[in-house]
Amino acid sequence: MQTRNPRIFSPGDVVRIRDIGKAGHVRTPQYVRNKVGLIDSYVGLFENPEERAYGRIGCEPIPLYRVRLKQNDLWPDYEGSDCDTLVLEIYDHWLETVTSLKEPQ
Amino acid sequence: MNHDHDHGHEHDDAHEHPAQEDNDVVLTPGEAKFIALRAMLIEKGIITGEEVRRRLEFNDAATPHQGARMVARAWVDPEYKMRMLADGKKAAIELGIDVLEAEIMVIENTINIHNLVVCTLCSCYPRSLLGEPPAWYVSKAYRSRAVREPRAVMQEFGLTFSSDVEVRVHDSNADLRYLIFPMRPAGTEELSENELANLVSRDCLVGMALPGTNLNL
Repeated sequence: MQTRNPRIFSPGDVVRIRDIGKAGHVRTPQYVRNKVGLIDSYVGLFENPEERAYGRIGCEPIPLYRVRLKQNDLWPDYEGSDCDTLVLEIYDHWLETVTSLKEPQ
Repeated sequence: MNHDHDHGHEHDDAHEHPAQEDNDVVLTPGEAKFIALRAMLIEKGIITGEEVRRRLEFNDAATPHQGARMVARAWVDPEYKMRMLADGKKAAIELGIDVLEAEIMVIENTINIHNLVVCTLCSCYPRSLLGEPPAWYVSKAYRSRAVREPRAVMQEFGLTFSSDVEVRVHDSNADLRYLIFPMRPAGTEELSENELANLVSRDCLVGMALPGTNLNL
């Protein structure tokens, strides 16, 4: 019953986590918005928790990805190692492709 | 004291114990909201008190030893390890563990990458496998600091890594629940699967300890 391509992004793609300014029960934390990382893996199709939280159960499932970011890109004053990373799950409507060659990796 | 009589456990020097303070502290706004919401859901017939009680009982019955059993099995059975890394939920069910979570992702520690789990948004945790999370895991301090300064937080728990080991934090913010698969300690070749499981504490399964280094299980 899928009407959309479940895999817009592939592992290794450079993406920016958008700030779509959506209020309510969203799963994209503030600290990763407008940050650039790469697709770590595709998780699968899940009902959007932004809808489920308000009782709208049974909506079309949407793609969920694990996105990996460098800690140095998240926090300018990060004090750990340059190789440290953070991974979190982001639904595809919060992601956009980064085309600039100046982006990391 | 004279125990030279036959009425069992009563002591001659029975004394009054000091009264214990009741735990009737003032509710936080969140606790008050929870109690009111639960009452309304029960009143409207959406859930029953029995369902809430059963779920709490289920969560309390789950213990970190279930996750430890999965780790120990994966250490001794490479094929099980492959299945576990591919689908953590199926691998748990294979060991007879009930899993309520939609998906369990098992993340493997290596000599190059150490993994740590946090949920910055609330307190997502693989409760079916590990039981209720420790107080530190749900604390605001951990949830904010683990993503910001994971090495400093781990150091407070006695865990340090050199700068050539990547510390990878997993923010359990959406639909997956995470279980960390630690490396098998050296010198454990002779141990049985049960003995190996006893090396794996709760904190190992979140990435906040290493097996065999946290002995107060």
